[in-house]
Amino acid sequence: MANEVCFRTLDLETPWSLEAYESVGGYSSLRKIIAGELDHEKIIDELKLSALRGRGGAGFPTGLKWSFMPRNMPGQKYVVCNSDEGEPGTFKDRDILRFNPHQLIEGMAIAGYVMNATVGYNYMRGEFYEPFDRMEQALKEARSKNLIGDNILGSDFCFELHNHLGGGAYICGEETALIESLEGKKGQPRFKPPFPANYGVFGRPTNVNNTESYASVPAILENGGQWFLDLGKPNNGGTKIFSVSGHVTNPGNFEINLGTPFKDLLEMAGGMLAGNQLKAVIPGGSSSPILPAEVMMELTMDYDAIGKAGSMLGSGAVMVIDESVCMVELAARTAHFYYEESCGQCSPCREGTGWMSRVIHRILEGEGKPEDIDNLDRVAGNIMGRTICALGDAAAMPIKGFLKNYRHEFEYMIEHKRSMVKG
Amino acid sequence: MTDLNYDKSLHLKELIPQSAIDEIEQWILKYPAERKRPPIMPALKVVQEHNGNYLTTEMMQAVAEYLDVPHVAVYEVATFYTMFNLNEMGKHVLSVCTNLSCSLRGSDKVVEHLQNRLNIKLGETTKDGVFTIKEVECMAACGGAPMLEVDKVYHENLTEEKIDKILSDIAAQHMPAKEEDNNGK
Amino acid sequence: MGKVNIEIDGKKLVADVGSMIIEVADDADIYIPRFCYHKKLSVAANCRMCMVDVSNLPKAVPACATPVADGMVIQTQTPKAVDAQKSVMEFLLINHPLDCPVCDQGGECELQDLSVGYGEDVSRYVEGKRVVKDKDLGPLISTDMTRCIHCTRCVRFGQEIVGIREMGATGRGEHVEIGTYIESTMDSEVSANIIDLCPVGALTAKPSRYKARAWELRESPSIAAHDCLGSNVNVHHRRGEIIRVVPRENEAINEVWLSDRDRFSYQALTDGKRLLQPKIKKNGQWESCDWQTALNFAMTEMKRIIGASNGDNFGAIIGNNSTTEESYLAQKILRGLGCNNIDFRTRRRDFSADDKGNVRSGLNFPLQDLEHMDATLLVAGDLRHEQPLATLRVRKSTGFGKAMAINPFDGEYNFRLSHEIQPEPHLLANEFACVLSAVAAKKDDAISAEIKEWLSGVEHNKVHSEMADELIAGEQTCILLGVYAQEHPQAETINWLGEQVAKLTDSKWGYMTQGCNAAGNKLAGAVPNQSEVGGRATLGKNAKQMLNEGLKGYLIHNCEPDVESLWSEQALENFNNAECVIALTSYDDGRMLDYANVMLPIAGNFETSGTFINIEGIWQSFAAAVAAPGDVRPAWKILRVLGNLFELNGFDYESSIQIRDELREKYEVSGDKKVSRKMPEVLCSSEKFEAPRESLGLYRVDPMVRRAEALQKTPKASTHPISISRVKT
Repeated sequence: MANEVCFRTLDLETPWSLEAYESVGGYSSLRKIIAGELDHEKIIDELKLSALRGRGGAGFPTGLKWSFMPRNMPGQKYVVCNSDEGEPGTFKDRDILRFNPHQLIEGMAIAGYVMNATVGYNYMRGEFYEPFDRMEQALKEARSKNLIGDNILGSDFCFELHNHLGGGAYICGEETALIESLEGKKGQPRFKPPFPANYGVFGRPTNVNNTESYASVPAILENGGQWFLDLGKPNNGGTKIFSVSGHVTNPGNFEINLGTPFKDLLEMAGGMLAGNQLKAVIPGGSSSPILPAEVMMELTMDYDAIGKAGSMLGSGAVMVIDESVCMVELAARTAHFYYEESCGQCSPCREGTGWMSRVIHRILEGEGKPEDIDNLDRVAGNIMGRTICALGDAAAMPIKGFLKNYRHEFEYMIEHKRSMVKG
Repeated sequence: MTDLNYDKSLHLKELIPQSAIDEIEQWILKYPAERKRPPIMPALKVVQEHNGNYLTTEMMQAVAEYLDVPHVAVYEVATFYTMFNLNEMGKHVLSVCTNLSCSLRGSDKVVEHLQNRLNIKLGETTKDGVFTIKEVECMAACGGAPMLEVDKVYHENLTEEKIDKILSDIAAQHMPAKEEDNNGK
Repeated sequence: MGKVNIEIDGKKLVADVGSMIIEVADDADIYIPRFCYHKKLSVAANCRMCMVDVSNLPKAVPACATPVADGMVIQTQTPKAVDAQKSVMEFLLINHPLDCPVCDQGGECELQDLSVGYGEDVSRYVEGKRVVKDKDLGPLISTDMTRCIHCTRCVRFGQEIVGIREMGATGRGEHVEIGTYIESTMDSEVSANIIDLCPVGALTAKPSRYKARAWELRESPSIAAHDCLGSNVNVHHRRGEIIRVVPRENEAINEVWLSDRDRFSYQALTDGKRLLQPKIKKNGQWESCDWQTALNFAMTEMKRIIGASNGDNFGAIIGNNSTTEESYLAQKILRGLGCNNIDFRTRRRDFSADDKGNVRSGLNFPLQDLEHMDATLLVAGDLRHEQPLATLRVRKSTGFGKAMAINPFDGEYNFRLSHEIQPEPHLLANEFACVLSAVAAKKDDAISAEIKEWLSGVEHNKVHSEMADELIAGEQTCILLGVYAQEHPQAETINWLGEQVAKLTDSKWGYMTQGCNAAGNKLAGAVPNQSEVGGRATLGKNAKQMLNEGLKGYLIHNCEPDVESLWSEQALENFNNAECVIALTSYDDGRMLDYANVMLPIAGNFETSGTFINIEGIWQSFAAAVAAPGDVRPAWKILRVLGNLFELNGFDYESSIQIRDELREKYEVSGDKKVSRKMPEVLCSSEKFEAPRESLGLYRVDPMVRRAEALQKTPKASTHPISISRVKT
């Protein structure tokens, strides 16, 4: 079965409307909370049981994260939604925002209730004008029905939600950079500790989750944690939206059970474009190491399986690559991206991303030297684990992945000054 | 000597219409009142929109004064985020994604076609000031690769025909005014 | 605060909970390499150089951002740590120009030093290097931004310490540039501290650019001479020439900072027009002469005028940054000759307390405490420009406490004021009295009937009342009277009010003084109402009287009353009309050339030994860092010889230390004479008076600062002094 959680309104007419959302059971969990039938402990228990893991890329258990928030600490607390969706290859949150905004609103309101936060911010990437308008429209609807705002449905519970737009920076997908950005600064990650649960937006306790994570919550509470867990695999509960792009016949989002074999997902996407041969897959966004076709075809799509194969499920961005692609070119484009997007704060990332990008581009221009490959691998290794945030790792891992799986293409290009694939 | 009665918000009010000021004020309401910096980004966006897609130093300073934050706090934001343009741009900025998914699906051909049609290179503006082609990173529409964004609208699954239509629709907005418009209809 | 036991490189240490590894290591003298970390700045953790190996952690972690935990075992030299440090060093060097041979920082560069230990001899980086356009930050700071390693110390200094964000990091990634974005001169009074903070040669001192290599410099400790803090400095000199002045750490006084004024004033000595030989004016022409001739001339003239008038028609004006020893000798000579007309207070109007006499001046609590105040009430002080480093302390307190001001001008503050009153200058005391009235209303039992009576008719409003509340509620509070308060016609009323408000609200209080040695000058007896250590003296003429009445003869030491006094015009006229003006000066320029009859060249600050006593009463003695040029002599020696020429007793000193010790012994006997202030008769005199409308100005305070070229080129030199009297409507 597909589209059971975040995309459950997708087949309805005007799926983004309050009416459509309520017709599939929407806002019933919030109503239960208001009626006193669901308390915060029960919600966290259900989330823990569901094995919902952060859908933004890191895969941290959501229930556990919520339990870290000091809900009884006096003063303002915040819930923040990470709709920055910057990881290349990922386009699922945009569709949740466009087609099922109410489920996100309900998810965030529930989070606000659980963590005693009365204000939420939905941080959307700067180019999300259409999703922004949809969200604003949905908020208006929800507000008019007193589903958010002051004294929700006549109760003591207040929760105000604001939509925020970014300005164009990949790094703002990192939660502390997002917080800095929301505060009106450059999106430069903070070092941790302190974690946002203790020191987040405006210095207050803050919970940051991905759009898909928040949006999964109402469905979990309606059907129970066990139901969600059973959709997927142990430790990999539920469904996940996979954004399939690249050389497939029908690219798009597929909300399917975790643990679904990759070959089934490929089939859902209409198979390979023009019947070409599958060469490789980047399984979890551009920062996940590339995996060759033969490895990929044996894998199931879940955190543990992809992890074991040496890559990451990440944000669920599956980039399908056919035989026509030169891996040096792809590596160069990847390296360029991280070079452009490094915030510039930490020395290894600021200097190292530029170094990697320059070396690969030099190889591409036929100026490569045999020692470049080992040096590239060394530089990537020197960035990893030595920066404040994960962008350093995100920049280094894919390069190491390209070198590990397609070293021969680099060697060929250095020796012959032309691409092994394209001639 | 600074004039105490000088209203620091005046500068921005001279640069953009009241409707834009109102828009900024709406954004300000979203953040805690004692925080001055959160509205920097929205305010810059509003100003940029009213200035034909780019920001001048004067505008950045006016925003800083309006929000009562140090100038450099605004410079930092404006130079960090790629959506802020600090050089003159065309009235319509064609933001073409060339990241992985789009490049797998032929974004190089999109760029090439745009360059040929508009007779400019990536990063340049047409002589009439109507179009700029800007290379951007992934905009989260990889399912519709190759794609571009212009005037806040995503155009996905681009083909040469689609691109031509986008260009001609925009160009039509810049045709000399038709007669009936002059009649005040 | 809780303690934890940790171990660094095998050394067992006890550390405060919450402290970072690097702090504990620094305290234990275990060196961890770093660029961005600085103990006075927030932790940025961006350079990644201070990576250390912590047991049970898979990766090396930054020592600056990793809090200690009980039982933590840290190693700084394991392969894991050293690999991380070396790789960071490699990254930092790839875009660095490595132009050490032409870099002023060479030889004292943190990057250079660490690259010796952690760098490789051959770079594996063969790509093009980044080049960054230099920024013009004004006359004090040179930039070579290609050398910048983005540690952001300079940015954080502005943001956190000064509270003025001039520098920023614009752009992103490899394109990040540190600077002001648009061409803009640094405009703070403490801007040049970023030169010391910069770990590389990106920010260096412009006045000393290319003048010397670090290893050629000799270092001599000294004391800065331009505000009442007495900041500690090191004078760097080569072959007798001062090359630069840098801060010498003293947590109790200047921490690690230095004001631009104290840092760059030395230029007056190296580049100013120095008087190198004694000169006597003959028939309107200046003629150089030997010391004997000049001193004999001075002696003869003084004897003549003093003798003819019983001491009435001669007077001595002493400069603000004269040493205590100089002031002591000057008054000793004058009083030995039967003349009590001596004063250094050329910017004072209210001498009504002179009949009482006391020794201590200034602050009777540690300067450091300023940063712990829950509430600070600043009265009539342009603190930022008068005592720039004291402001930084007050600013620190505003992180948790309140700062309030009653200032008759549009003050520039680098901290937020919770309450501000901006009275017309002549109503300053009235406004302050309103605060006392508000306090009195809340502390009715503690008020004497006399004060109640005095306060009748004084009406306080909500702001006064809230100010009073803050002073009463705070655990540590203080009232700080600024230099302008002491210039005010009602200075003693304001002082009395300060004392009363402080007493009733259990606050500390004190007043800031002009120049670097007001306390020392007073203690030395360079005042008309008392001799050294508050000794009895026949009341002589004060500075105001001397400068306004027109005496037949003047001795002016290390000052230009025609420029810096409150009666500059009258001073000029009276100097011109005097029969004889004897000038002890370092400079051979200015209007002094018109009015003086003999000029005796004296050594400048850093060229002489002596003692300054700061606002807190700390005696800070210093030796000469460099020898004075030409025939220039330290003023204490000149005064000693003069004393001998007059055949006065007790002028047999062989060193300035002997002079100091003599004074110190007397002071130890006399102690601080506590004098209670008398209640002013009326709050405001019925006659309306014109209160001063201008402060002296940041870079106009003394002859030396006025001749420091780079300081004079800064924007502050022209926009300051600030005019006074602005009432917010």
